[in-house]
Amino acid sequence: MTRAQAAKPSAVPDREEALELYRRMLIIRRFEDTVQDLFLKGQVHGTTHLYSGQEAVAVGVCSVLAENDRVAGTYRGHGHALALGVEPQGLLDELLGRATGVCGGRAGSMNVIDLEHRLIGCFGIVGGSIAAATGAALALKREGGVAVAFFGDGATNQGYFHECLNFARVFRLPAVYVCENNLYGEFTPYEQVTAGEIRARAETLDISSQTIDGNDVFGVQAAAREAVDRARAGEGPCFIEALTYRYVGHSRSDPGRYRKPGELDEWRARDPLIRAREAIGDTAEVDRAVEAQIAQVIENALAAPFPSPDPDAREFKDG
Amino acid sequence: MAEIEFREAIRDALAEELERDERVVVFGEDVAAAGGVFVTTPGLFEKFGPERVFDTPISELALAGAAFGSAVCGLRPVIEIMFGDFLPLVMDSLVNQASKYFYISNEQASVPLVVRSAVGAGGRFGAIHSQSPVTWFQAVPGLKLVAPSTPSDAKALLKGAIRDDNPVLFLEHKRLYSLKEEVIGHGSEVIGLGSAAVRREGSDVTLVSVMKGVHDCLAAAELLASDGIDAEVIDLRTLRPLDRGAIAESLSKTNRLAAVEEGPRTGGWAGEVLAVAAEESLDDVDDLWRITTPEHPIPYSPTLEDAFLPGAEAIAASVRARLGVAAGRS
Ligand SMILES: Cc1ncc(C[n+]2csc(CCOP(=O)(O)OP(=O)(O)O)c2C)c(N)n1
Ligand SMILES: [Mg+2]
Repeated sequence: MTRAQAAKPSAVPDREEALELYRRMLIIRRFEDTVQDLFLKGQVHGTTHLYSGQEAVAVGVCSVLAENDRVAGTYRGHGHALALGVEPQGLLDELLGRATGVCGGRAGSMNVIDLEHRLIGCFGIVGGSIAAATGAALALKREGGVAVAFFGDGATNQGYFHECLNFARVFRLPAVYVCENNLYGEFTPYEQVTAGEIRARAETLDISSQTIDGNDVFGVQAAAREAVDRARAGEGPCFIEALTYRYVGHSRSDPGRYRKPGELDEWRARDPLIRAREAIGDTAEVDRAVEAQIAQVIENALAAPFPSPDPDAREFKDG
Repeated sequence: MAEIEFREAIRDALAEELERDERVVVFGEDVAAAGGVFVTTPGLFEKFGPERVFDTPISELALAGAAFGSAVCGLRPVIEIMFGDFLPLVMDSLVNQASKYFYISNEQASVPLVVRSAVGAGGRFGAIHSQSPVTWFQAVPGLKLVAPSTPSDAKALLKGAIRDDNPVLFLEHKRLYSLKEEVIGHGSEVIGLGSAAVRREGSDVTLVSVMKGVHDCLAAAELLASDGIDAEVIDLRTLRPLDRGAIAESLSKTNRLAAVEEGPRTGGWAGEVLAVAAEESLDDVDDLWRITTPEHPIPYSPTLEDAFLPGAEAIAASVRARLGVAAGRS
């Protein structure tokens, strides 16, 4: 964290754009609060991995993407999806297993796919997003698009990370690899299972790399713009390590006992929403609008139908 | 003896084998300090220390490779692959190295490793955290596949697997972890791999399954009893090697057999059971069929997942239909 604190304050875009970034982060935060709440009430099933605390990373990166770019997210993917403009309604409906979900209730929280919004998928296999984005970059290279992979610190210990970054560098693929270092993979502190510096792993492959403060949305945006522009210009892949923190447990069943004393409070003091608000000033109007939007989404979602278990109604094509 | 949960049976088996044989080591993701995401390994790290029980990076290739190499050189590793869905990542070491080694080395060295993995649907975990990937491994000579249904068996079979001198894939169904049972025989039993158990005797039809499916078959048998159908339930316990004798013996009594598999019909282990039945017992057979899941990935939505899985009602309905018996006959 000390590295992140040392980062220079970043340039704030004009008020309208800054407010838009803030609005997207707030949607994610309120959405995740809602999911947590519905989970405790037994309405969201299975397990979920919330993005609360990490909003600035997805929002900052996705804000610089163009129409023909594509994103691969993780099982901690609600933030990746919402940052791309996936409808909160369709996403919440999916999490509730409703027929009106973005994947008709087939996918659930960990595996959301929404191609219309440039999300080629959220990947439940750690490192899977890295692989998918590498392939996407191979295709997008033809038409000037860029592929972004989001993944965690833990994923940098997967074979996928090493193989794909090398592959992308060798073929100069337009890929941007965004490692969200939130200090833990599940319950294990990342230093305990990670040799050396994460960024050095990309640097040694001759990939343009930076470590940034992942809780400063404007700084993330600037770093992402640089990386995406390079990739689009044909200069090959870029790597960003964004230092951030997740506020809630790894997944549903994790009370977070492994956190160091005071760590959570320290990071909450550097909350990406608070910091954006400090830079922007008055956000009351956006705050009210998002509050009302999410309240409506919850109401609609709870009333939406489940997919029919009737075999005739759940017809599927055999690929 | 007190009742214990399936997950405690796993832990006890590991603890007893760690105690008994210092070559046994246990490693995996979050198995040590945190005690396992399914709470199957609490206390082992505290008791046996970081040389024997340790957390690894999220590196399944390294986990499986380390298990293989260390097994060849004197350790008896037990690794945990958190979800069965992640097993494709360990497949190379397991399938191409570990399972071949004893044979192609002309038996110079065996490879005593166990891969434990949580499998099974019904928990709303979606398509990539719910599979029971038995048949990805069934066609691999040199690998044994264990799939217990009760705490007693889980304990005795895991001990058997750890003492087995060559690779074993040990599957634990997530929906069974909280199942409680009094562990028989003071829990010191060891079951060698390859023997089935008859869970319920019957004369009209044989239901064959593993893991959670055994419990569904037993519940289905109760439903069928009220229709006057007397079902026998066989728990295979080990899917490779298959207990061919147990299948033949049951068929000689019932003449009808349904294999109930939590997995797709195409290429499933249920097909293997039917093949064995046809090969060994053709003269005894009046009917053979499979009760499986549909040919699509496991859906997330509760309504879809429930309809997807072959539960007790579906099994009973299928048996009635095959036997031409209407529900509630008696
Ligand atoms: C191949 C694989 N191994 C293990 C898991 C189980 N698992 C899910 S998330 C996770 C931790 C990942 O940590 P990190 O990459 O830092 O991402 P974070 O969850 O912190 O965002 C693990 C081990 C998995 N989903 N896939
Ligand atoms: Mg992490």
